[in-house]
Amino acid sequence: MSDTAAPLLRARGVRKYFPIKRGVVFQREVARVHAVDDVDLDLMPGETVGLVGESGCGKSTFGRCLIRLHDLTEGMIEFDGQDISTLDRKQMRPLRREIQMVFQDPYASLNPRKRVGTIIGDPLRIHGVGARGDVNKRVQELLELVGLSPEHYNRYPHEFSGGQRQRIGVARALALSPRLIIADEPVSALDVSIQAQVVNLLSDLQDDLGLTYLFIAHDLSVVRHVSDRIAVMYLGKIVELAPAEELYDRPIHPYSEALLSAVPVPDPDVERERIVLQGDVPSPITPPGGCRFHPRCRYATDICTTTEPPLVKHAEQHLAACHHPLNLHS
Amino acid sequence: MSGAPLLEVRDLSVSFRTQDGTVHAVDGVSFTVNRGEVLGIVGESGSGKSVTAMTLMRLVLDQNAVFSGEVLFKGRDLMQLSQGDMLQVRGKQISMIFQDPMTSLNPVYRVGWQIDEQLRAHEGLSAKQARRRTLELLGAVGIPNPEARIDDYPHQFSGGMRQRVMIAMGLSCNPDVLIADEPTTALDVTIQAQILELIGNLQREFDSAVVLITHDLGVVAEVADRVAVMYAGRIVEYGEVGELFRGPQHPYTWGLLGSISRLDRPRQRRLAAISGQPPSLISLPAGCSFRPRCPFAFDRCRAERPALEARSRSGHLDACLLSPDQKQARRAATPEAS
Repeated sequence: MSDTAAPLLRARGVRKYFPIKRGVVFQREVARVHAVDDVDLDLMPGETVGLVGESGCGKSTFGRCLIRLHDLTEGMIEFDGQDISTLDRKQMRPLRREIQMVFQDPYASLNPRKRVGTIIGDPLRIHGVGARGDVNKRVQELLELVGLSPEHYNRYPHEFSGGQRQRIGVARALALSPRLIIADEPVSALDVSIQAQVVNLLSDLQDDLGLTYLFIAHDLSVVRHVSDRIAVMYLGKIVELAPAEELYDRPIHPYSEALLSAVPVPDPDVERERIVLQGDVPSPITPPGGCRFHPRCRYATDICTTTEPPLVKHAEQHLAACHHPLNLHS
Repeated sequence: MSGAPLLEVRDLSVSFRTQDGTVHAVDGVSFTVNRGEVLGIVGESGSGKSVTAMTLMRLVLDQNAVFSGEVLFKGRDLMQLSQGDMLQVRGKQISMIFQDPMTSLNPVYRVGWQIDEQLRAHEGLSAKQARRRTLELLGAVGIPNPEARIDDYPHQFSGGMRQRVMIAMGLSCNPDVLIADEPTTALDVTIQAQILELIGNLQREFDSAVVLITHDLGVVAEVADRVAVMYAGRIVEYGEVGELFRGPQHPYTWGLLGSISRLDRPRQRRLAAISGQPPSLISLPAGCSFRPRCPFAFDRCRAERPALEARSRSGHLDACLLSPDQKQARRAATPEAS
């Protein structure tokens, strides 16, 4: 990825707070969930950015903000040079053809009462792409593209296994030939051997169609496998952003280090130091002051409790937000 | 470790009669568990690993379930016990931790009550004694400030803490065997690391035997002493953890290992996915059940059902008809082999 190319998508200072309300008639806001708190991210054309973090860190909310399934509390999102953060539903319509989403749960994200042909063809019909005959043909092409057979056209989702359903979800997302796909935990609900099939499918499609992916997942091994760059999120903030290999070789943020060390390695002969983080992720309603990770960080000092570290560049393409960066200078 | 194993499962089969035909969920499974040992059972969804676990606890109560085989525990066949006698075993001598800590605690009872229920039932402790023991247990599983949390409801706990409560319940009567069915699947990796460490520590402390059921080979490699790999209701490979990971013999195990991207290795271009899907348990293919998905299948695989026996030099068991030399050559030729 050269720095000269313009990003396909630019997010600047994105914040999403969910209000917590009390009262029946006169609802007043008593607190806010700081789901996404000041996130900047660029997606370059043709690259895959992995977004990782534990449940509740705001990674899915951020993904949904990017395609405006949530309205932003604050911030700006630019797609292909156009500011899309304040567009209304109608104005967003044409952009939906460019940005599509693949959802986590292949059991819940397909309408059980519609046939596969209808599910995949609906985006084409809604956007008025092609005549009726063309839609059928396109759907059959898409089915083949994702490794299903055109005979599956008239079946219902329940007749498919989890992996096949996820392929249907991918075909639906591809129907309008989008440029950007936001994949929210696309393989987490699948068995390992099936995960590998779907991961391979996504990377083949990227090679053939030149897609850009934002790949949201909590499984670090899968994310490393698919991503060019990886952003690590913790409590609504990106704490580290680095090229994939670099993040795994020399993580700068202690949270990334701990997260990586916690992934079990399928080899009993490998001895690794496992950093076991104490306690749970704090509540995003009242995130800790200073660095949000400090209550669980083994390197934390006084400054971490008072001053929030900015996300700064430590090496080429490698940003981290920490007062005590690790692995600097080899 | 004395001679006889603590728990021995012999040729256990469980099938369910359904409208569409008989589902052979577990088909001739045998394994042993010794005191102080962790046995890992690995498999994908539908491989029969959870049904095996539920059957050991005699928790499969479906009218249409048909059982055969023996589960020998301390010289008794648990399959022959009445549900009344089983009450004395379940929870006290063999206990179970379930997969989903969100749904396996009762939301309308306080956490402390749910733990001391079995202390009162099995150990005959008074309410006061039981409460004291519950406080100790909550401390042992790492719940901060147990006095303050014992009267909380499950919804006031996070996922990791609920799983700790489940573990506290599982260990409350010092069971000989603890069956953990996907204990960390619903949890984040950092919390998974906490829970695995906890199970390891407690197992050493209480000298229990643990049957750990999971789909994650990484988890097995870290905590198990021996491993059984299940596919379509049968064990296809079974052995000591080091041997099995150093020299896996069954093409399904190779496929599983190839399907995971590994953090300790350089990144590969492609994952070696296993093609196709698991077979229907109603109409299993004749011969080897893995044959339709196996890239190395040959004529005999269609005709003959391979038995689980020692075929390799390392001495662990596998159910694949290829000779050890053929296996070595085939595995070396697959790109992800190492």
